[in-house]
Amino acid sequence: MTNRRYVVRSSEIAARRLGDKMMIMSGRDSTLITLNDVATIIWEAADGSTELEEIVKSKICPAFAVEPNEALRDANALADGLAGHGILLLSDKPFWPSSLSKESK
Amino acid sequence: MGKVTTTPDFQNIVIDIGGLPVIVRTADPAFLGLLGNRYAGFLGSSEHAEFEFDVELTPPGTVGAEDDLRVFQRAGRWSAERGDFRAEWNPTSNRGSIRQSANPYSIDAVLRIIHTLVLSRQGGFLVHAASAVRNGRAFLFAGVSGAGKTTMARLAPEEAILLSDEISYVKRQEGGYSAFGTPFTGELAKVGKNICAPIAALYLLAKGTKNRIEAVTQVKASRALLANILFFAEDAELVRLVFQSACEFVDRIPVYRLTFVPDASVWEMIA
Repeated sequence: MTNRRYVVRSSEIAARRLGDKMMIMSGRDSTLITLNDVATIIWEAADGSTELEEIVKSKICPAFAVEPNEALRDANALADGLAGHGILLLSDKPFWPSSLSKESK
Repeated sequence: MGKVTTTPDFQNIVIDIGGLPVIVRTADPAFLGLLGNRYAGFLGSSEHAEFEFDVELTPPGTVGAEDDLRVFQRAGRWSAERGDFRAEWNPTSNRGSIRQSANPYSIDAVLRIIHTLVLSRQGGFLVHAASAVRNGRAFLFAGVSGAGKTTMARLAPEEAILLSDEISYVKRQEGGYSAFGTPFTGELAKVGKNICAPIAALYLLAKGTKNRIEAVTQVKASRALLANILFFAEDAELVRLVFQSACEFVDRIPVYRLTFVPDASVWEMIA
């Protein structure tokens, strides 16, 4: 069993930064969500090829001076929540190789 | 000898709201007259009409049983259905048909749907808001039913020109946004003036014990705006476009919360 988790932004949403907040709307059911700061970092870094744990270590821990295990626990819960709203997709494998960004596919 | 058939003698009327002329064709002169009265002030010429509908009138209660509105694309055609009407059109030719009874409310609904679809691709929208022009600039007053749209329209000073007391027409134009008059009325039942003006501000209405204007964050503004935008289509792409349009709007146009007591003094703050 692996604990690896990869996250990628859903293509069925629309997102917009307004002031210091990121707003997301689901194109599927018109649900409107305002992301908190941590969720925004995860969402922006969700490129499909970077592990969630790596996002936590490289972006969340330095920004919030938080202990990595605790931050990862919170990040997993946030990712589950965002996936539940159809904003993020989760996988235990990369969605595509790290050398191939989504934009170049 | 072949069977003799007769073709109904169709006549048309052009309803021009927000600069979008829609030809409505019907074989019923009485219905045509009813439309002429209903949309007086919003009638145009057929030369540049962008949509064209043939209206088939049916007895009341014979179109469908569903009261809920559905707007969707199927087999390359747009359909809009409610208990009192069924409309269908080709999105390429913008031609189609409407089956409804001879009441103006059904065609009013179809027109609103057409405009929301067209505006969604142009960065604009229809919004539950009263609107009026004062000193050459348009002011919008948005809110749910009971928030005070009709009250604001009723209290407007004489020199203010009413665009709508219920549904405002917002169009993205070079350099900003403009509000257009609409014939879509609320409780005041007063048709707006068919003019447009650049939008100066959007006020989110709340009734209170004293007049007060407060700034709202862009997030709150966009949430409130989205809650008041009319959009009916089951179409993920267009939903995303409407979201972007609302965000773009609050990024460019000042949005305030307007708490007011229902008397004319509130308009002293709007200029």
